[in-house]
Amino acid sequence: MKTCLIVDDSRVVRRFLRSSLEALEFDVREACNGREAIASCEESMPDVILLDWHMPVMSGIEFIKLLRQGGHANQPKVVFCTTENDVAHIRAAIDAGADEYVMKPFDHDTLHLKLQLVGVA
Amino acid sequence: MQVSEASKRILAELLKSQTGQDLPASRRWRIGSALSGLSREHGIADLDRLITMLALSRRSSLAHKLIEALLNNETYFFRDRAMFEMLGDRALPDLAQARASTRTLKIWSVGCSTGQEALSLAMLFAGQEAHWAGWTVDILGTDVSQSVIDLSRTACYSQFQIQRGLAVDQMVRWFDETEQGWQAQDRLRRMVRFEMHNLLDPPPDPGRFDIILCRNVLLYFDEPTRTRAFDRLASALAPDGWLMLGAGETTIGQTSRFVPDKTMRGLHRHASLPAPSRSAETGQRAVG
Repeated sequence: MKTCLIVDDSRVVRRFLRSSLEALEFDVREACNGREAIASCEESMPDVILLDWHMPVMSGIEFIKLLRQGGHANQPKVVFCTTENDVAHIRAAIDAGADEYVMKPFDHDTLHLKLQLVGVA
Repeated sequence: MQVSEASKRILAELLKSQTGQDLPASRRWRIGSALSGLSREHGIADLDRLITMLALSRRSSLAHKLIEALLNNETYFFRDRAMFEMLGDRALPDLAQARASTRTLKIWSVGCSTGQEALSLAMLFAGQEAHWAGWTVDILGTDVSQSVIDLSRTACYSQFQIQRGLAVDQMVRWFDETEQGWQAQDRLRRMVRFEMHNLLDPPPDPGRFDIILCRNVLLYFDEPTRTRAFDRLASALAPDGWLMLGAGETTIGQTSRFVPDKTMRGLHRHASLPAPSRSAETGQRAVG
């Protein structure tokens, strides 16, 4: 079973994503910000991370920069899931090491297709 | 929204006569939701009344709108991505050799809806730009719905449409962010064109295609109509061309005009290929 870490400060978004991911038979963990996500990754690296941009304590872009600089052997796939929908943000995410990018709002099918694109579904 | 059985029959006959598509009882449950927008537009909450208006007046504009509402325009970029990878990696290199003298490829996307399939093909070619330099690639998308053809011609997609099936690097590479949405760049658009056309009519210009994609279209036809559609597809496909059907579709048991390609799953060939020329036979013997 593949593991996915959801990093989002919105409980509603986390609930939607968890429901979608469990339907795709993922083992799901959650974090409310980048700092919690780092702690979760240090404990156990997931196969894929769904990452919000704007969060308190540590943003998504700060988190992915730390993650990619960390030199961990088993780097997870990272899919940004954010309301930021302009090219500048998308390019910044790719430059920071994101594998995919989903603009909110999105539906289950779109998420599934993105997870297929990064090779985890 | 409830619709009477009599109204459902009127709609089924209308759809069949105008598009050839079947509306079996198993698909009639969606009539209410499909027509809800039209009901609001005309200020008529009672769908039976709306359909009766059509039956009595035979207003072509209303009939046209009803048909458009009943058509299924589901599509997305690189639908069944493995099929596109096989096209790009195996079928197109073969065709490139076969068409080396003319350096022209003609591809038909049947039932193209809002154009994502045709543009996915264009991205295949644009992604191998150096390989296809000097070639003329003509990708024709057709659909029975004028409204989706109009949308296809804009090559502009909403946020919801653009991220369905399209990888983010492809999105920023081949599309520009505009006030209207994400618009395909000229280097894709100059390869594609879109026309309203019914598959049951004689093939569109240029009449003979190297590859035909007809995915998730034939399932809307009853058996006799599907046979006619296969005949049309056979007449439009080059002798050494490929027909691509949807992931859940096959030619086996459906037609005598096509057979599955033995090495490329999902692609289909003419059932009877022209006999190889004498020189080609001689050449094969010499090599063997």
